[in-house]
Amino acid sequence: MQQTILHKAATRFSADHGWLKSAQTFSFHGHYDPERLQFGALRVLNDDTVNGGKGFGEHPHDNMEIISIPLEGTLEHQDSMGNTALIRPGEIQVMSAGTGIYHTEFNKDKDEPVTFLQIWLYPNELNVKPRYDQQNFSQKDKHNKLLQILSPNQDDEGVWIYQNAWFHIGEFDKDFKTEYQLKDHANGVYVFVMEGDVEVNGQLLNKRDGYGIWKSSIEIQAISDAKVLVMEVPEKW
Amino acid sequence: MNKINILVLANHPEILGTILRLINKNELWNGIGAESPEEAVATFKLNQFDLVLLGVGVDDETEQNLLQTFKSLNSNVICIRHFGGGSGLLYSEIAHALAGKGL
Repeated sequence: MQQTILHKAATRFSADHGWLKSAQTFSFHGHYDPERLQFGALRVLNDDTVNGGKGFGEHPHDNMEIISIPLEGTLEHQDSMGNTALIRPGEIQVMSAGTGIYHTEFNKDKDEPVTFLQIWLYPNELNVKPRYDQQNFSQKDKHNKLLQILSPNQDDEGVWIYQNAWFHIGEFDKDFKTEYQLKDHANGVYVFVMEGDVEVNGQLLNKRDGYGIWKSSIEIQAISDAKVLVMEVPEKW
Repeated sequence: MNKINILVLANHPEILGTILRLINKNELWNGIGAESPEEAVATFKLNQFDLVLLGVGVDDETEQNLLQTFKSLNSNVICIRHFGGGSGLLYSEIAHALAGKGL
């Protein structure tokens, strides 16, 4: 029997700190639910909205692959390696935290909120030298196709990370249908719906729903105009 | 009520300090740090720990050696890997471990 897990948007843990509103698919910070710890190497999927001019002060990370994908607004990143960057919708940022890194993340705009996905994956190699990368995919064709924006390979499309994972992003017209074939048949796929409604292997998903399927390729059909993030991740590493 | 004693091993002093500060904010937990495997073993022998967090700088071989050593000294101790270096995963890692899900 196919193993699946459905995370409806409304079941995400909600944290409201005033300046930050966060919807968290998996256990994070002070919230612990043993049934919501991870989907394989996918450990954190936070849907964060930060008020104008606000942000996360300097804080550390180690031994995680940290991926940020802005959905609205502009995020400003500064880190202890000396990187300073703005990240906007249509871009993806990755930090391999490795042996340790400090960074800040602030809303560059003083008036408008920034909304972004913060995604953490367990790495398949510990204690690596920290690194940072950022790429722009806004000009690339993702209309009615799945565009690769992340992989394990330095020479492949998109950014790369220390994990046997691939991320694809798609913007679909209503009724568009496509398949996603696993790159590694031992992996699973976690689909996150950023906008609209889709069916994945017949399961209806609405905006901000997440759906994980192990060891199976998937068929995605847009029930409305939709934007999806498809994350292929390993179960074990 | 006795606090849960937690030994944290991490070779990054600032990250270790952050983790300990976060642990000790919880009035039910008491965190003590070590920056090397040798210091961790020496500290472990001097105190009664309920939980050990193996953080940054600990490779797989060191982890296995430490597990063997800690379990030989206290078979009930729970040992887990800490990931992230900060507050994001720490609480649920500790909660999950104390629920009996350690290494």
